[in-house]
Amino acid sequence: MASLRYESQVRAPLVNGDKNYHQITEDIVRPIEGNPSRLWWIGFLIAVALLCFGIFSVTREVIYGVGQWNLHKTIGWGWDITNFVWWIGIGHAGTLISAILLLFRQGWRTGVNRAAEAMTIFAVICAGQFPIWHMGRVWLAFFVLPYPNTRGPLWPNFNSALLWDVFAISTYFTVSLLFWYTGLLPDLATIRDRARLKWRKFFYGLVSFGWSGSTKHWQRHEALALVLAGLSTPLVLSVHTIVSFDFATSVIPGWHTTIFPPYFVAGAIFSGFAMVQSLLVITRKVLKLEDYITIEHIDVMNKVIVLTGSIVGCAYLTELFIAWYSQNPFEKYAFFQTRANGFMPYGWSYYIMMGCNVLSPQIFWFRKLRRNVTVTFFMSVIVNIGMWFERFVIIVTSIFRDYVPSAWATYYAPSIYEIGFYLGTFGLFFTCYFLFSKFFPVIAVAEIKHILKRSGENYKQKMDEEEKETPEKFAHEFAH
Amino acid sequence: MAVKKFVVGCFDDEAVLFPAVKKVRTSGYKLYDIFTPMPIHGLDKAMGLRETSIHTAGFFYGLLGTMTALCGIGYVFLVDWPINFGGKPHFSLPAWIPITFELTVLFSSIGMVMTFCYLCQMAPFVKKHHFHPRSTDDLFVMVIECTEKNNETDISGFLTSIGAIETNVQDAETGWWLGRYDKTEKPFEHKSALA
Repeated sequence: MASLRYESQVRAPLVNGDKNYHQITEDIVRPIEGNPSRLWWIGFLIAVALLCFGIFSVTREVIYGVGQWNLHKTIGWGWDITNFVWWIGIGHAGTLISAILLLFRQGWRTGVNRAAEAMTIFAVICAGQFPIWHMGRVWLAFFVLPYPNTRGPLWPNFNSALLWDVFAISTYFTVSLLFWYTGLLPDLATIRDRARLKWRKFFYGLVSFGWSGSTKHWQRHEALALVLAGLSTPLVLSVHTIVSFDFATSVIPGWHTTIFPPYFVAGAIFSGFAMVQSLLVITRKVLKLEDYITIEHIDVMNKVIVLTGSIVGCAYLTELFIAWYSQNPFEKYAFFQTRANGFMPYGWSYYIMMGCNVLSPQIFWFRKLRRNVTVTFFMSVIVNIGMWFERFVIIVTSIFRDYVPSAWATYYAPSIYEIGFYLGTFGLFFTCYFLFSKFFPVIAVAEIKHILKRSGENYKQKMDEEEKETPEKFAHEFAH
Repeated sequence: MAVKKFVVGCFDDEAVLFPAVKKVRTSGYKLYDIFTPMPIHGLDKAMGLRETSIHTAGFFYGLLGTMTALCGIGYVFLVDWPINFGGKPHFSLPAWIPITFELTVLFSSIGMVMTFCYLCQMAPFVKKHHFHPRSTDDLFVMVIECTEKNNETDISGFLTSIGAIETNVQDAETGWWLGRYDKTEKPFEHKSALA
């Protein structure tokens, strides 16, 4: 009994069913060891097809220039930068779950962190594509890097928010990748030691770096995870803050607002959690992992969605209020005419944003709806549509009425290649995710084992019996 | 690297493992290592291992990142190519904060992960002797080194008496070597053949 670690019975179990350590390994590693299902192949091939279409669209853009997209003098940042900010936002949930929730000692993170981190990495890869290809002359992309060169040397401007972005996103990608991969090492070793096939032994032996599970290594591993979490926490907040600086440090009415950093971070967490929900609701069903990604996990994440959705809603209203309160005619025009006026060319997008992001998540105040898988999946898609429109509203409505009214006549709608590029990043994202779910464990095996005796359903039941039978002995044994 | 003789005892419950570690340490046997499928808090202390200093290393890597950023941007904006941005000062520290912060985090993370891999001797194609395949699944594998003072039968009996469910004796290479996990080469056998 002493092996049990006490956790209040009020807290719902995080691992359902009668599990032991071996059973956990079996449940999570089995999908990797079998052949991919027909469903997997269909999904994977669709993703690859989308990716090919994306590559085709990008190739046209490289050959013919950014004019292939319907961007023009007035709207220079259209779908492209909208998609960039959208993907970057999605890429925030993983590190938030793994880092911030690790520091807050939230046990439920163990069920979802691995898949969420993988999602983060793939989303950041997708996000990175947009500013790179938007450069037009992509072969000169290395000009953003500061290195002694033959052009002067001509350095990038370290005071520019766009260069901060380069540093922030590349750092974020690197640190997330390191965090994710160091966490994966023990689980890859588990697969390696179970492997029967020759290629599997070779592959997992190679990628597990010779992990042995020595106590000293675990001690360092834990210390490393904790410090990386401590570093990633301000990092994850800094990244979207800096992305918001791309807008906030400019002088465009509608962008030039001090509220952007916290508002963008809340929005990023909001859309990131929605994407985690979309993926995990399907993953748990297909890979039969309902015992590990439980209704409890979905419930908790929906609470985060309703919280961050409401923060975002407050930010929208604050923006409107400040635009009115400032009595600045340009600010008022940006917010009350180009955005909130439904009869303006892009007025509809503002109301889609409001509806999807502020109103619809409010249904998650009801416990029954939070714990409904179908509703959750549906809502997660709605939220991501809403968050895409948020970025579209911020970017396009702020610049389509520029300083030269003669340019106002040009209506912006994306070209097929601009849409193709966006679909292509979906292809890239899902190709990566399908490969990940086939070759890597989607749940952190070692971390689930770590919480089993505290939060496993069968262990909690045993603990409950113990607590009721011998309360005095129990209090003595487990008193803090 | 050396080949040594080890006695391996497998445990299936942490509750048995902790008192067993204590007994091994008081009895004077040479505890080589314990391999576990997941981190077990307190086991490092029970084994008498010292606290890791990887976080201290992380601090210094971070400091290096901070200095790199400040010195680099400072060199560019103050020495090499000072640009006049609307009459603003060349030394504009607040605008340098984002990049300084990012490089601090970047250097610290990469440095710590590389230190971690170096200390734990982990890299692609690094191979080690693994005492039990289930030590990454569900068994806690305690390894005791045989010395001149004791023999394997004694240690096996002792391990069984403190709760090991399975014991065996293995000759093993203590270090790492370059190899592939789909091939069973035993570099120490070649060495002993040469000797």
